[in-house]
Amino acid sequence: MSFTFTPERRARLDEVIGRYPRKEAALLPALRMAEEQAGCVDYDAMEHVAEILGVSPAKVLGVFTFYTHYRRPGTGRHLVQVCATLPCALRGAEGVFDAFAKELGIGKDETTKDGLFTLKKVECLASCGTAVCVQINDDYVENVTPDKVAGIVKDLREKK
Amino acid sequence: MAAYEPVLLKYANQPGMHTLEAYLSHGGYGAAKKALGMKPVELIQAVKDSGLRGRGGAGFPTGLKWGFVPPVEKVPGPRYLCVNADESEPGTFKDRYIMEGDPHELLEGIVITCWAIGANTAYIYIRGEFVKSARILERAVEEAYRHGAFGPNVLGSGFKLECSVHRGAGAYICGEETGLLTSLEGGRGYPRIKPPFPAVVGLFGQPTIINNVETIANVPHIVERGAAWFKSIGPAEDPGPKLYCISGHVKKPGYYEGPMGVTIRSLIHDYAGGMIDERPLKAIIAGGSSCPWIAPDKIDTCLGFESLKKVKTMFGSAGTIILNDSVCVVDAMWNILRFYAHESCGQCTPCREGTGWLAKIFERIELGGGREDDIATILDICDNMRGKTICVLSDAAAWPVQSILDVKNYPDAACFRPEVEAHIREKRCPMGKHAPTRAEGVKQHGRISPRLVT
Ligand SMILES: Cc1cc2nc3c(=O)[nH]c(=O)nc-3n(C[C@H](O)[C@H](O)[C@H](O)COP(=O)(O)O)c2cc1C
Ligand code: SF4
Ligand code: FES
Repeated sequence: MSFTFTPERRARLDEVIGRYPRKEAALLPALRMAEEQAGCVDYDAMEHVAEILGVSPAKVLGVFTFYTHYRRPGTGRHLVQVCATLPCALRGAEGVFDAFAKELGIGKDETTKDGLFTLKKVECLASCGTAVCVQINDDYVENVTPDKVAGIVKDLREKK
Repeated sequence: MAAYEPVLLKYANQPGMHTLEAYLSHGGYGAAKKALGMKPVELIQAVKDSGLRGRGGAGFPTGLKWGFVPPVEKVPGPRYLCVNADESEPGTFKDRYIMEGDPHELLEGIVITCWAIGANTAYIYIRGEFVKSARILERAVEEAYRHGAFGPNVLGSGFKLECSVHRGAGAYICGEETGLLTSLEGGRGYPRIKPPFPAVVGLFGQPTIINNVETIANVPHIVERGAAWFKSIGPAEDPGPKLYCISGHVKKPGYYEGPMGVTIRSLIHDYAGGMIDERPLKAIIAGGSSCPWIAPDKIDTCLGFESLKKVKTMFGSAGTIILNDSVCVVDAMWNILRFYAHESCGQCTPCREGTGWLAKIFERIELGGGREDDIATILDICDNMRGKTICVLSDAAAWPVQSILDVKNYPDAACFRPEVEAHIREKRCPMGKHAPTRAEGVKQHGRISPRLVT
């Protein structure tokens, strides 16, 4: 097993586990910590989490696959998630998505060859008042229009 | 628009108000102190008297819900409060602004609610995408511990209360109260059969109250200013301050605070600056994507749980979506259905299959493959999806569809039906919205969901 929590993270996880009467309840937070440490959640991390929480790896995998928001291995450094649900669609989400696709030269659920960008379409981000909303990594970029896309991508490239 | 003094967002819109210091500077945690000097039954009565109804979707009377927690003599062991900050109904985006702008308002509400229901532990379940809100909340929780609002001796009262933030990971169904519970316990977010209701058998099998963020944020104000004051805001049957969300084809989409009972017309024109380019209104989705649609002639209806029921729709989570005449009804409905097909947890056959079938049929009609019997098939599927499943996501997917097609039960909203019929008859989108082939559509939008291989 190649994934192990750093001692600090392990201590934080133990503190989190203590918030619940059952260890298992810390499963979602534990996966978050694994994601935070490694940049994504892989099988090794899931096995490690299973061992700490005293559940089977299959249980962890089953839970993990239910949720769409964890980063899977192979995700680019910048995860661009364009909201495509109705309120954003009414304000031109399709055009924003196409602009990202064109700018990055990739399609839906694809990653650029240099591993910098992954492009996804997602469901409502609860920011419909500032449509079109795009989540890039942890941040919401709001009021996005197709003409802003090139600038957004350029800034991300420079940030690396 | 009558003069209205904001309550919930009074401070939230001022920068820097998310800190404890700022909160204390305008009397923060005073209501919690007052509440801790009251008996829990008195508090529950005050909330009942105020007429506060849940702001998460169902509009259930909050005081009544709290009263369902059984006495310790009957059901021993811990009680829990789960704050629902999953905010995932399309069109809804209000809780986030409370959490980011004035998190201590929510935390003070948590202290009072926990005292009222006898809970020593509170979890705030927040959707995973809200990274910023979660950080702000976590900081506020730390501050509240330091202030003594949480911990072994809450504000010197001897009451013990632990509170933490629990992040979800992207699943609409975890906003459904029992789905939230299974998710919090570390499982896939599968809803549970009710009864038993969570107030009796909830988190970790113990009595649990689940309330929406905005609901809880109202509580300190009720304690501070009294039930009569609360009841005097908006219609007496449906009172209180309210955060409205308006999105779609209006000039100034966004969230606005007003009294309950603002009319749809006022929300569009007085708050949101009117329709974009003055284009005509085509359809109103009053309370979030799950609600039956209503026709433009209902524009003078008040936004409230009771008033919207009268025009055969719902107030839901106050996510009003405004559609102008550029919208293709079939295209918009396909979008909504794709959402439900994606978010169905898959436990119940009518929901798992029904949402997928509906999405596929609407997709086919939009892309020029409509068949004569499609509408009958759609209504038949909807019939099978309603009232037959573990949770109401299935009903929520069927409601909007039925509203535009079922002439008998929705005579007004069925004014949208001829447009669907025209798609089927002409075998194309009369509004010219889409490339006319299935393959193109799939390329543009992707498959509905990974498990619905097309
Ligand atoms: C599919 C589905 C999704 C829901 N999503 C949310 C949500 O995101 N936030 C919320 O507060 N309530 C949501 N609800 C409503 C909750 O089940 C529950 O009624 C509510 O949180 C209770 O709080 P309240 O009484 O304060 O409104 C949802 C319900 C269903 C059926
Ligand atoms: S109705 Fe749908 S979302 Fe609700 S439990 Fe059944 S399958 Fe899951
Ligand atoms: S629809 Fe895009 S944020 Fe709600």
